[in-house]
Amino acid sequence: MSMSILDVKPVFLLSDILIYILVASLVLFFYQLMRNPLSRARWRAVFQTATGMSAFVVICFYVLVALLDSIHYREPLPILADQQTVHYSQDVRSVLDLIFVGVHKRSEKTYSSPFALQLFTKENMQDENDNLYRGFPELKYAGQHLDDPTKQRQDVVTKSLIAIFMGLLVSAVIVGAHKLWRQYRKPANALPWWSAYLTITVLIVVGSWAIGLSHYYHISGTNIVGVDVFYQSIKAIRTGVLIGTLATLLTLPIAIVLGISAGYFRGWVDDAVQYIYTTLSSIPGILLIAASVLLIDVYIELHPESFSIGAVRADFKFLALCFILGMTSWTGLCRLLRAETLKVSQLDYVQAAHAFGVSNMRVIFKHILPNVTHIILIAMVLDFSVFVLAEAVLSYIGVGVDPSMASWGNMINEARSELSRDPVVWWPVLSAFVLMFILVLAANVFSDRVRDAFDPRG
Amino acid sequence: MFAYIVRRTLYAIPILIGVNILTFALFFMVNTPDQMARVQLGDKHVSEEAIEQWKIQRGYDKPLFLNSEENSQGLFTDTVFYQKSFNLFLLEFGRSDAGRMIGADIQQRMWPSLALAIPTFIIGIAVNIVFALFVVMFRATAIDTAALILCVALLSISAIFYILGGQYFIAKLWHWVPISGYLPGIEAWRFLILPVAIGVISGIGGGTRLYRTLFLEEANKDYVRTARAKGVSETSVLFKHILPNGLIPILTSVVVVIPSLFMGSLLMESFFGIPGLGSYTLDAIQSQDFAIVRSMVFLGSVLYILGLILTDISYTLVDPRVRLS
Repeated sequence: MSMSILDVKPVFLLSDILIYILVASLVLFFYQLMRNPLSRARWRAVFQTATGMSAFVVICFYVLVALLDSIHYREPLPILADQQTVHYSQDVRSVLDLIFVGVHKRSEKTYSSPFALQLFTKENMQDENDNLYRGFPELKYAGQHLDDPTKQRQDVVTKSLIAIFMGLLVSAVIVGAHKLWRQYRKPANALPWWSAYLTITVLIVVGSWAIGLSHYYHISGTNIVGVDVFYQSIKAIRTGVLIGTLATLLTLPIAIVLGISAGYFRGWVDDAVQYIYTTLSSIPGILLIAASVLLIDVYIELHPESFSIGAVRADFKFLALCFILGMTSWTGLCRLLRAETLKVSQLDYVQAAHAFGVSNMRVIFKHILPNVTHIILIAMVLDFSVFVLAEAVLSYIGVGVDPSMASWGNMINEARSELSRDPVVWWPVLSAFVLMFILVLAANVFSDRVRDAFDPRG
Repeated sequence: MFAYIVRRTLYAIPILIGVNILTFALFFMVNTPDQMARVQLGDKHVSEEAIEQWKIQRGYDKPLFLNSEENSQGLFTDTVFYQKSFNLFLLEFGRSDAGRMIGADIQQRMWPSLALAIPTFIIGIAVNIVFALFVVMFRATAIDTAALILCVALLSISAIFYILGGQYFIAKLWHWVPISGYLPGIEAWRFLILPVAIGVISGIGGGTRLYRTLFLEEANKDYVRTARAKGVSETSVLFKHILPNGLIPILTSVVVVIPSLFMGSLLMESFFGIPGLGSYTLDAIQSQDFAIVRSMVFLGSVLYILGLILTDISYTLVDPRVRLS
């Protein structure tokens, strides 16, 4: 019986649903901001810089990968003769895996270096005459198409050129289409589109090269259990992006509600809020996070029946981690919002609103909130990169995401023993470093631009 | 001033009680005392008597928050929470769940922590100030832009990569210093030089950028313009006007972390095998030794609050216009 893509069973992990809701609400939030002429001008200032534009494109690219990796399904298992119902595989796959046709199935035995044709470690082998000897076994899934291993260099160059050419073609189509659309829409505006075009072209060409060659080689080698490192570090993008957005957005409601009410109502509300955030911020953050993560571990241990599928358990633990990060990191923003609200609520127009008998809720939503939005926005983009970096540290301490989940933190954690091997295994840590660095750098550059544009103090 | 300090100290008490309630709630939600006893006794087939014995020895045999069997006074005092927290306020940490004296451990381990944290802190600030001043000297030129880009790039790298990179290149490849470990006394410098260097380097990106902003803020003030208008040389403006005044916000902003230096660095100490308080805490988290973690959380909170008070005092010292009330 042939299987088609329609036979699969969709899996909706909690974090998948959340990330789609979050991205949708973020888009809506920015759309709403764009309608306000003042913030529209500020956003223009962000995108008028070439670096801001380029950083935004990079972030969008990462988010897109994360979204693709958040549509999950389980493949049906082959149907046996006397079987009535279809059973589904325990492995949860995502749409991103479709792009990497079968890379996840092409696991080697253990370490192999980038573009290698043989394993990294020697094993006992037998030659034709049944003599035992020590040698490097051939890889099962690298360079299988080669008749002659000595021609590998030539083969890599040809395949790279083809893949790069394809990438250029695709990006030319995208850039061209956008240019056409702009011509019809409006007379040329001053935004530095060339920067966006350049970034898109570079991303697509590199992506096309990497995916194209991944079908024939392990372009970043394989890790200790033989999984393709490039594939693994791309899968980690979802973890990084999700932890950044989810934890950031979880800090917002508490910080906003407590910060604004403390600054607006003062009196005992202010005292209570100040007490809560001083108490929370006086506990060393990492200890608080560690204690809460241990709590989650125990909960999972006591309720094994709810977490039968590995991916569901990892997902629950992951969401809990985001929640904990959010719950322990809102104090800074809360303090800033309280101070700003104290200032804003003394201004004449707020006093005037009071004199007219406008209700508290209306004053807060119409007059206070719009005037502290820049603080929220700046904190949002700043926190994102902080959380992405925090994930690595937490995984190292052993209170990070589930070890079964692809994450840069887990890859770095393994790097400790890999770097002390001789000869050294450097490719997993380098892959994690490059992908993480690009994301955090883009987020930091973007947050700088947002701060320049939105912070009235300049 | 004195009245202010007394009031702030008294205000710290409810905060510390809150900290204790939070840590208790978190840890006892994780582990009941029975489970803790099982973990520490290490055997799956532990007898009930042994567990009871362990709980009595460690003082975990009472109810957690409320003792309903006692009369009005013992209702709160005769509980695990009260007995364990009250001693913390007297800085008596008692025994760890594994049976060691925590106070003695802290006294022994604070020296390596301080030996690592103090040089990192002082050299780090000095290096960042020098770099920031250098960048400010070339403000609004290509050097300024390049330095800013470099700073953003440097602060986008996780601290772990700095550690892994330093350990790999300097210690393993070039064999300049030992990879990890520690020796007490004067011999310690060989083990400390690499972590201190890495600590300083990993802070350069963020520190230089922040200090540059603070210096620039100072450079745009009226008195600086006046000085220039009167014909003061650019070097003199930088070193006699901008530097001393720019140092004020820098120093008051770092005062808050000074007491916390005592706690050591979790990452550095565990990567470099330095037997300080940071690695002590990390080991305790991993072996789920509640008594140690609770003591360290308490100590950390006390030091943080101390830092806040010191910050306020430092404001009055550098700026006579500020009055504490």
